Formats: sequence, C-alpha cells, structure tokens
Amino acid sequence: MARSPFSPAFWRSPLRGPWFTSVLGVVLLGGITVLFVTGLVSYAAYNPDLSPVNDQTPDKGILGFYLFAWPTHPVWLYRLTQGVHVTLGITLIPVLLAKLWSVVPRLFTLPPARSVAHALERISLLLLVGGGLFEFTTGVLNVQLDYVFPGSFYPLHFYGAWVFFTAFVVHAALKVPAAVRNLRRAQEAGEARETGELVSPSPAEPTVSRRGALGLVGGASLLLFGTTAGQSFDGPLRETAVLAPHGGPEPGSGPGGFQINKTAGYAGISAAETSEEAWRLVVTGRTGTVRLSRADLLRLPLHSSALPIACVEGWATSDQWWRGVRLRDLAELVGHGDPSDVLVESLQRHGAFRRAALRANQVADPRSLLALQVNGEDLTPDHGYPARVIVPAAPGVLNTKWVARMAFGEL
Amino acid sequence: MRRRPAIGSPFTVLLLVCSFALTGYVGVRLLVGDWFGVSLWFVGAALLHDLVLLPLYTVADRAVVTVFQAAGHRDLVGYARVPAALSGLLLLVWFPLISGQMADRDRSVTGLCGDRFLARWLLITAVLFGGSALLLVLRLRRAAKQRPPAVH
Repeated sequence: MARSPFSPAFWRSPLRGPWFTSVLGVVLLGGITVLFVTGLVSYAAYNPDLSPVNDQTPDKGILGFYLFAWPTHPVWLYRLTQGVHVTLGITLIPVLLAKLWSVVPRLFTLPPARSVAHALERISLLLLVGGGLFEFTTGVLNVQLDYVFPGSFYPLHFYGAWVFFTAFVVHAALKVPAAVRNLRRAQEAGEARETGELVSPSPAEPTVSRRGALGLVGGASLLLFGTTAGQSFDGPLRETAVLAPHGGPEPGSGPGGFQINKTAGYAGISAAETSEEAWRLVVTGRTGTVRLSRADLLRLPLHSSALPIACVEGWATSDQWWRGVRLRDLAELVGHGDPSDVLVESLQRHGAFRRAALRANQVADPRSLLALQVNGEDLTPDHGYPARVIVPAAPGVLNTKWVARMAFGEL
Repeated sequence: MRRRPAIGSPFTVLLLVCSFALTGYVGVRLLVGDWFGVSLWFVGAALLHDLVLLPLYTVADRAVVTVFQAAGHRDLVGYARVPAALSGLLLLVWFPLISGQMADRDRSVTGLCGDRFLARWLLITAVLFGGSALLLVLRLRRAAKQRPPAVH
C-alpha cells in the first residue's frame, strides 16, 4: 500500500469518483447560490444606504451596487429570506464536508502545477475552500453568539462572502460542464465502473455503496434541518428545533413569553429610567420638539398590527399582536404629513443598533407602530417597555426597543 | 534548452485573473482590520479541515471498520458508522452550545436556559445508537428466521 498521500494508490475509498463528486457539486451549485443571494438580500434589508447607523460595511464601494429600498410587503419577507439563509446554510454543512472529502486527493496532486492556468486555479481553489469554510464557520458561530472570529461579524461575513463567491463562480464555470457530462454518462452507463482522476487505482473492498454514502449525507442534512428549522415558528414547531439556539421552549409564558433577542438586563435598561415619571419620548421634526409620556401616547389613536420578529441569526417568531401609535401619526405630530425618514434612538447606551434609521416607506406603512402593548398586555421590559418600534418585514435589530427619541427628517 | 512553462487554457487564465482582481478589491476591505487574524482564519480553516479534521475522522472510521472486520461482521459496520457520524456532526456544528461555554451569555442575552444543549445532544445520540441497535436486532432476527431450521 502506498505510504504517501502524493501517490494515487494512497487513496483507497471505492466511493470517490466523478459521479459522487458531481452529485454533491450540483447540490452545492444551487444551494450556495441561494445562500449568496439571500445574504445579499439581508444586507439590503438593513437599508445600509439610508444612514451610516444602519451600515456595518461603509467602505463597501461597488459591492453595494444592487441596494434598494427594502419593502414592507409581505410582512414575512425577512422572516423567509433570512430563515432560508441560516437554515439552508446549516443544512448544507454535510454536503460541503462530503464534497471536500470526495476531492481531497486533488490537494496532493503532483506536480503541484502543470501549467500557468493550473497554478492559478489552485490558488483560486484555496480561496474557494478557505472562503467556504470561513463563511460557514463564521455563520455557525454567530448564530450561537460565539464571537471568537477576528473582528465584527458583519464585515467578515459580507466581504468573506464576496471572496468565496468569486472563487465559487470561477470553479462553477470551469467544472459545471464536466459535472453535467459525468451525470449524463452515469445515467446512460448505470452502475458501470467509473474512470477518472478521482477513482482510486487500487480501491479497498467497499463497506457501503455510493448511493448508501449519498444517503448518509442526505440523512445528515435532514437531521440538521429537522433540528433547526423549527426556530422560525412559535409553539410546538419551535420545540422540534432541539439543538438550535432559539429552539425548544419559549423563554416565558403568557402574552410576553415569546423569543427575546436581547434582554433588558443585558442591554443595561433599569426600571428607574423606564418608569411612568422618568420616561419621556422625545419626537423632533419640522415643527419642533414634542415630549410625550406613556400616558400621552396611550391617549393618541391606537392601532393594531399582527407582525413577526425576524432576526439576522435566522430565528423568528410567528405573528404577534402589537398595539400602539402609528409611526406616520407621530411623524405628522411634528410636521411631516408626508412621512419622512426617521432616526430612532434607544435608551440603550451600548450596542451596534442602539440607533437605527427607518426609511419613509417604512414610516408610511399603516402597520408600522411605536408599540406600547403586545398580545393584549403592556410590553414586558425584555420586549422594550415602555415603547418599541415594530415595522413589517424589517430585520429584528431595526425594531428598536426602549425607544427614547425619534428624529423625523434628520437623516 | 530549457522548456518554457506551459500556459494552459487562455480562457481559464483570463477568467482567473479577472476573479483575482475582484478578490483583491474585496480583500483589501476584508483585511482592513486584523489582517493577520483574518488571513489566519481563511487559510487555517482550509488547512485545519484538510490536514486535521478529515484525517481524524478517516482514522476513526478505519478503526470502526477494523473492529467489525475482526469480529467477522464487516457488513454490519454501518450500524455503528451512521449514528456515530450523525452524532459527531451535531457536536461539530453546535459545539459552542453543547460544550456549555455560551451558557451564561445565552441566559443573560436571550433569557433562555443556556445549559440545555448537552443533555439534548446526549439524548439524540442515545436515540441514534439505540435506533441503530434496534434495526440491527430486527435484521439479525429476520436472517435467523430465513435460515433453514437445524436438523437433529
């Protein structure tokens, strides 16, 4: 038996071959394209071009070429796109690992480069494999709040995605024709013995068929999907997400028992500053400044909307029944009859999104509220008492909690 | 006379140079902060996977096959391999949660009980191996029934 991994005979698994690699490659071609697109969509959902407070990658240059005003219809839009992004990413991990396993003999190819093109392609493959693992690792760590990576998640995951996807497109352009050819040939030839670079010249006796191995990969994906997807729903479905960060039982019971992104304790919000006597909402606009107590707000026309909370980490709640003052009514109060953009500030002193900007279309939507109550009761401290923003289809962090100040037309 | 190095497909070369230019444009933005740390993570992720994780699980799999082979049951290796692979994968993906290192942060940030994941992973592992054992017993019993009865 060959002792060196640089010898083709060192690699003895009878599973490796063009068919196995091509099947996994085609799955990743579709899957990673969806991940990239939903990732770009998530960046657009933050409205980063509206205000610097919404933008974690201000030096993006042309990479923001596609940005657009994020809509408020349908209300579950971000819940869907980001749920797909995170859940699909986790589901694809076994496929990615199997794909890398299937081509690992290529890493040890001798001579290291047959031509200039081959040398460049191998550099690109380092960016592909390193970039892919970097993206999956940072994503998986971020949803578990384990911020061990070297920098802020947003720029690392955003710029890393562009490096990865660039190498991915090149790889697809060079390999998809061969993959399709391999699959066609396999369909015609049936289970006939394969030939090609990846096929071991001295295969060991098989312990599992290629279809069996593919079944294991698919089963592993299904297991990850089944233990994660439920965190995008409330109730019994969330209970099925047994290993997901926001799976299992809700944090509490009753009207305010649904999922919390950051608790009041973690955000450093004290009961003293949110009390009826201390707290005042400051609204500024064209006609000056208005200070409103919570009782003042409750005397304004109140409206209800059923809206979900959807987090960049991929979890979401089902629709909650919010009640409060329409954002466009608050805008009108300070002279913005034609709703304008607004800068919302929280009582929170730290944290990237203690200030967030909303676009005019979000302010104008009649379902956008400064909510005072949820599911028929006053907001709990963890859900933003005395008042919080809730906007249809917006990422969770733009639904500012513990609102202290709203500045219309100030962006 | 020295042989000139081969160029290879001109299309491939052009495509790759184009991609490297775009990667350079993105790369300077990616590396603007902790350039060393980010490069280390990029290259380290590939090396750690190819030279540590993959050989580790390959050796572990070989060991399982060897044990079954020694017992004369090479055909039954899947009954150990499948639950072990699934359980190991869950541990790999959710290690920060399962190891409990995030438990305190989890509780203060989300209000959820953070140390619930180790117990759940152990239970899933028990179900996977238990289910596999059950399937194995059923298969062995079916095989025993199909065998002609011994003649006395």
